[in-house]
Amino acid sequence: MIDGLVVDARVVRGAFTLDARLRAAPGEVVAVLGPNGAGKSTLLSAVAGLTPVSAGRILLDGQVLDDAGSGAFLDAAHRPVGVVFQGLRLFPHLSVLDNVAFAPRARGAGRARSRAVAHDWISRLGLVELADRRPGALSGGQAQRVALARALAGDPAVLLLDEPLSALDARTRLDVQGELKRHLSGFAGPSLVVTHDPVEALVLADRLVVVEHGRVVQEGTPAHVARRPATEYVARLIGLNLYPGTADGDEVRLDGGGTLVVPQHGEHGPVLVALRPSAIVVSPHRPDASSARNTWPATVAGLTMLADRVRLDLVGAPSALVDVTPAAVAELGIVAGGQVWLSAKATEIEVYQPSAPTAGPQP
Amino acid sequence: MPTTLSPRERTRRARTGAGSRSAPVPLLAPALVGILFLVLPLVGLLLRAPWADAWTSLRGSAAGEALRLSLWTSTVATVISLLVGVPLAWLLARTVFPGQRLVRALVTLPLVLPPVVGGVALLMAFGRSGFIGQHLDRWFGVTLPFTPAAVVIAETFVAMPFLVVTVEGALRAADRGFEEAAETLGAGRMTVFRRVTLPLIGPSLAAGAVLCWARALGEFGATITFAGSFPGRTQTMPIAVYYALEADPDAAILLSLVLLLVSVAVLLALRDRWLRAGSAA
Repeated sequence: MIDGLVVDARVVRGAFTLDARLRAAPGEVVAVLGPNGAGKSTLLSAVAGLTPVSAGRILLDGQVLDDAGSGAFLDAAHRPVGVVFQGLRLFPHLSVLDNVAFAPRARGAGRARSRAVAHDWISRLGLVELADRRPGALSGGQAQRVALARALAGDPAVLLLDEPLSALDARTRLDVQGELKRHLSGFAGPSLVVTHDPVEALVLADRLVVVEHGRVVQEGTPAHVARRPATEYVARLIGLNLYPGTADGDEVRLDGGGTLVVPQHGEHGPVLVALRPSAIVVSPHRPDASSARNTWPATVAGLTMLADRVRLDLVGAPSALVDVTPAAVAELGIVAGGQVWLSAKATEIEVYQPSAPTAGPQP
Repeated sequence: MPTTLSPRERTRRARTGAGSRSAPVPLLAPALVGILFLVLPLVGLLLRAPWADAWTSLRGSAAGEALRLSLWTSTVATVISLLVGVPLAWLLARTVFPGQRLVRALVTLPLVLPPVVGGVALLMAFGRSGFIGQHLDRWFGVTLPFTPAAVVIAETFVAMPFLVVTVEGALRAADRGFEEAAETLGAGRMTVFRRVTLPLIGPSLAAGAVLCWARALGEFGATITFAGSFPGRTQTMPIAVYYALEADPDAAILLSLVLLLVSVAVLLALRDRWLRAGSAA
């Protein structure tokens, strides 16, 4: 028997197909990261029992929740699953206390007992003084806590959170994020957090699962995924330049054009090359003497102001995103459409093998 | 060519963001005709009312009895409609079954069917020789036509579709997300319906019930055909008005005013729904 949550399934919803394969151990927080429409919410829907799988199965602590092979299916009302929905879906006609008491009540506890359980949870989440309010009279952060309390009050064995912080403004988000992390690490079962926000995933999760176009494209610790992104999407999220190419000795020929000299790495054949935007130096002219092993010309396609830097979108062989200071932009006279030279030290370049995409279940 | 804008008009346009308020004559004239046409008859009713001896006139007629009968029969008809119509609306809105479109068309037919035809149809079904009525008569000794029960049946037949249509619309418009959330919290389908679905469509349910009750109260054609017009037994307010018009026109006018009053009350009860232009139901 495998403890925790095991998903090895294909879920078809309308014209969309998701092939998901993931494990979440008890106490582990797994972030499911991916662009909108990648199939993240479909995954949660399948685990919650709102969408049956078309092939494969879902197990929890060895118990079958859904198995397309044998036809076994435990319906949503009977799954030990707590869900915090995107948009929260608090019942607008019930008070905070009755929202939180809903699960114990629906699972057969008496009115008084359910309220006692609910009261316990709302005091743990610091909501006691809001007990009689309707959800409409709560702030975003408060509503988020009520949704978490409501999911936990059902005493679930798995916790599913769908974009838990997306409804919050930037300030509240940071507070609630810290709080959520505390509650998630206090939860004994596995948790799945669906998000399209890389920062949220990095902060909350012990492990990341990246989903794109209905399949898992990468899996690993936040540090691993951040250093060695497997796809263009992940690289963009964390702000890395990523180039697929073919390694030969200390050179990598890039598929998109251009060649980079890289540190000795012992790789041959197809590789991925990651390069931080701050590791690239921009010069107005071709640098004559430089310790950088890679030098190439590029055209400025665009400039974007970030918090304290300017991000340059440069087209060349290879194209790159490069961060420079606003002062540098002025001093070097960088304008859209202008020509610049780029250089990068070989030691700043990360080279690794593309991870084999996780296969879906055999139908 | 510039025109003049009064300061007041400037403020109005700036605040509402709307354009000119004046309407072109080809639209304005027919609109005014429409208003007059709808309002003048009611004015006539008010002008002709014998206010001086209103009270004695009302007490002298069978008005009290008719009003009592109308109130309780339309209330019973509404309760029946709620008990049967809400599950029916749920079935139409939330399930898929073969022939569903046909069923929906059939149950909403009374909305457009001339009520007299409904009355005749009820006689053919529940009359003494009707295909159900004859068995009721033979096996249980129950005869429905021309009884207060027939009044309730006729009113329910005509009024229930209003409730079904209103509630079905509300169920379709309701956010299914809340029901999904309730399911993941362990609620079975009946609990979801009782604790989430019904409360969420509460306002529409109330509006549908009021609409249904008002329609039942005003029912004439099906009632007089299926239940007849026996004072104190099956003579409801609208039927009493009709007969009083020949014998005692003053009483007819007063009875009409009572019904007008009830209608205004219904309209006020529904004002949030219908009188606020452009608001979502």
